[in-house]
Amino acid sequence: MPAHSFTLADLRRILLEGAGTDDEVDLDGDILDREFEALGYESLALLETGSRIEREYDITLDDSMLSGATTPKALIEAVNAQLAVST
Amino acid sequence: MTTSVVVTGLGAVSPNGLGVQDYWAATCNGTSGIGRITRFDPSGYPARLAGEISGFAVEEHLPGRLIPQTDRMTQLSLVAADWALADAGVRPAELPEFSMGVVTASSSGGFEFGQGELKKLWSQGSRYVSAYQSFAWFYAVNSGQISIRNGMKGPSCVLVSDQAGGLDALAQARRQIRKGTSLMVSGAVDASICPWGWVAQMASGRLSTSDEPTRAYIPFDGGARGHVPGEGGAILILEDAEAARSRGATAYGEIAGYGATFDPRPGRGREPGLRKAMELALHDAGAEPDEVDVVFADAAAVPELDRIEADAITAVFGPRGVAVTTPKTMTGRLYSGAAPLDVAAALLSIRDGLIPPTTNSIPSAAYDLDLVVTEARPGPVRTAVVLAKGYGGFNSAMVVRAAA
Repeated sequence: MPAHSFTLADLRRILLEGAGTDDEVDLDGDILDREFEALGYESLALLETGSRIEREYDITLDDSMLSGATTPKALIEAVNAQLAVST
Repeated sequence: MTTSVVVTGLGAVSPNGLGVQDYWAATCNGTSGIGRITRFDPSGYPARLAGEISGFAVEEHLPGRLIPQTDRMTQLSLVAADWALADAGVRPAELPEFSMGVVTASSSGGFEFGQGELKKLWSQGSRYVSAYQSFAWFYAVNSGQISIRNGMKGPSCVLVSDQAGGLDALAQARRQIRKGTSLMVSGAVDASICPWGWVAQMASGRLSTSDEPTRAYIPFDGGARGHVPGEGGAILILEDAEAARSRGATAYGEIAGYGATFDPRPGRGREPGLRKAMELALHDAGAEPDEVDVVFADAAAVPELDRIEADAITAVFGPRGVAVTTPKTMTGRLYSGAAPLDVAAALLSIRDGLIPPTTNSIPSAAYDLDLVVTEARPGPVRTAVVLAKGYGGFNSAMVVRAAA
């Protein structure tokens, strides 16, 4: 087990800090399997989110992994997989 | 017969008033927005006054998604565009997306945002620089963000020619309407009152170092000593006059004429280009000088530049031949935002029959100008000329006229 893991709460906080949110989207709702696009986060917002995750958790996420993770669930799993490798 | 292009909506963001109503009331009353800089500590800088917009709470106006990715100039532009569209009674979502375009001007780009990211780069490292820096600083970002927010996919661009750019953008928007785009969002908002932006502006050598808000920016006054920078501008909605009429819209007036020139190389002894720009604009409008009721001057407040402007106005209109005003003494020079705000003021002068004053200046007898000072001057206004000179030699002139 990694010393720390990346949770939905962490992702919510980082999305909010890095890219903000709209009134129409409830980030506290059930968003795990929704597409980032539908939540209002386009590729640049995800690039910003990825770079914030990288520096906070001191990991490296490659671009194809970032662009392949189109839902919060997929991104959280990818980040946790990377955390497991780096510890 | 070329298509007549009219202005059907105005959105103003000015140091002396947010929104057209507040801006115009303050401007006619001679209320200034110039004061000591509050956005950073100016005590270590030679110039310490600015026209700052106060009371702009961005989160009340824009969705949270847009805030982390936008500089202040873009936030102000987006809100001014929203207000202008509402004023025109236009709901972009109901219109074909390729029938609407956006042309703005910019003189500095998003300096405050850029400064923040550069600071992160040298103090924390490249991993801390926002992905949004890729476009948030960029000159064209206001056009881009307005077009994205409103779903406008018609012709769009940015003009960069310092203060003249504000008129150049409106002229380009008029061209696009004549080529068939139904509606154009145009104008400009600049805002770079941050240390980096300030130092860049100081490099012109034209900033006033006075600490007295009522004497710092006094164009055409014997004590003129440079300008006070400000932030803000205006966004306007332009439409084909026929189309506007058929949808029942009220037009503020027509963008009737435009002319632009570039100054000859200094030291050649040739006449500067401002007079020619005015003549081109009048010719384009099919207007004679005696039809013009007021000229909104560029008002550099640098003695040799005031001399050039006064001579050009006198050459076209005769000594004291036309009312001249420069309400930017209440806002500071807004760079590319200045002329669109002056065009808005000119259209409101036409609407209300009232020429706003040039505050604080005591006109020097050295200039043969009928400067409207101290108080607004009532009287019918049907045709107005707006002048804008950009650093480096740009001259632009625009004629606006009551709608037919």
